[in-house]
Amino acid sequence: MSLMSEVGQKAFNLGVPLAVHMDVTYRCNERCVHCYLDHDDHGEMTTAEIKDVLDQLAEAGVFFITFSGGEVLMRRDFFEIVEYARRLMFNVKIKTNAVMIHEEEARRIRELGVDTIQISVYSHRPEVHDAITKLPHSFERTVKAIRFLREQGLRVTIANVLMTVNSSDHSGVQELAAELGVQYTLDPTITPMMDGDISVLSLRIPGEELPEIFRNPALVGNQEEFCAPPKPPSAEDLEGYSCSAGHSFCYISPYGDVFPCVQFPLPTGNVRQQKFLDIWNFSPQMEEVRSIRAKDLTVCSSCSHVSSCTRCPGLAYMEGSMRGPSTADCEKSFYRTGIPTANMLRQGLSKPRTMSGNSVPLIQIRPVAVPA
Amino acid sequence: MPETCIYVARSSAIAARALAGEMMVMNSADSTFFTLNEVATTIFQAADGRTPLRDIVRDRVCEQFDVDPEQAQADAEQFVAELSGHGILLVSSQPLASETP
Repeated sequence: MSLMSEVGQKAFNLGVPLAVHMDVTYRCNERCVHCYLDHDDHGEMTTAEIKDVLDQLAEAGVFFITFSGGEVLMRRDFFEIVEYARRLMFNVKIKTNAVMIHEEEARRIRELGVDTIQISVYSHRPEVHDAITKLPHSFERTVKAIRFLREQGLRVTIANVLMTVNSSDHSGVQELAAELGVQYTLDPTITPMMDGDISVLSLRIPGEELPEIFRNPALVGNQEEFCAPPKPPSAEDLEGYSCSAGHSFCYISPYGDVFPCVQFPLPTGNVRQQKFLDIWNFSPQMEEVRSIRAKDLTVCSSCSHVSSCTRCPGLAYMEGSMRGPSTADCEKSFYRTGIPTANMLRQGLSKPRTMSGNSVPLIQIRPVAVPA
Repeated sequence: MPETCIYVARSSAIAARALAGEMMVMNSADSTFFTLNEVATTIFQAADGRTPLRDIVRDRVCEQFDVDPEQAQADAEQFVAELSGHGILLVSSQPLASETP
């Protein structure tokens, strides 16, 4: 176990919120087709309110803080917030589309000692990226910003969300990342909108296409290990928990609402009305999330995948029960290993139902040219 | 020969937080990650750039922990040298201004 994993486990066991994801705004200069957010400002926390929350988070033991949005640089006080966080000695990560980062901003980010900047790039083809973000020339601006950040010696990770409209482009984005000297990470997860609208799920990659991704060593590393059949769960596995949500991690919205995770819209309290630690320690919702062990899961506890599944309790919650299955993860487990999940078997399915309710693409993009 | 005075200060490039009495420290420049035991944490927290290391050892370490003063001073110097090599601490023979981002 690495030192970092040991520390993570220690925080988990002690119930210390080691990491927090804070969206400082939902406003954005892009309008990505898969985005789950409402971009209007319904009363964001002020600079003073955010600084007060940061004081409380430092007091609570938070070490890692990720600032995200929306687009973080839509806030004119963003650098003031980062500077304050760094004075409190947080490890700061930033998620951004980077279109507002020029030489001056890149220099400022380096001076502030930001750990990593994660930047969304959807395709190596400008027309595809721009069609997804709906912002003309966004690809050009984003790539230019990555170069500015690299010139400052900063660590950058390209996050490549895969969906129907860019599913063939991951190798091109990987090559672009290599050329720029940055890390690459891929995510095939599309999340329902915060208001419950599931129309964006039509952008999810059809399950039938997942095996191609799961069997690509460039994306998953050791393919045999990654796609191996699940081991029978041990007693220890069944006593285990799903993930760090609510245990050593939580999410704070621009309006001060606290949730177990960015992908787990269960309200647990609001830092404008309560102290963060009171929410973290005593919220009945947080306590409920923390109480759920694998053995308590209504369907998944009897599933052969229970010890290796990426089951997201937040996605399960959005499907109706935080103790229930997350169909998207059932689909991944099936297409990764070829072995049906308990959730599929109880419905008499030999393969997952397609999640794509709408087969009409939201945007029209020409397919990747296949070399002859 | 007069004893050399060492001043230590925390670098502005680091992130740090205490977890159950032990300090987690990460250097954002290269993502090196350390956890410091209680004695090292005491030195790290007292590294304000103005207090000589020998005073930190005498007034903090030897006061709080059951240690031999000479051994504590030697261990502290070794610890400071190691962390300065990783850019976590700044070391000087003159008082230092504590760096802020």
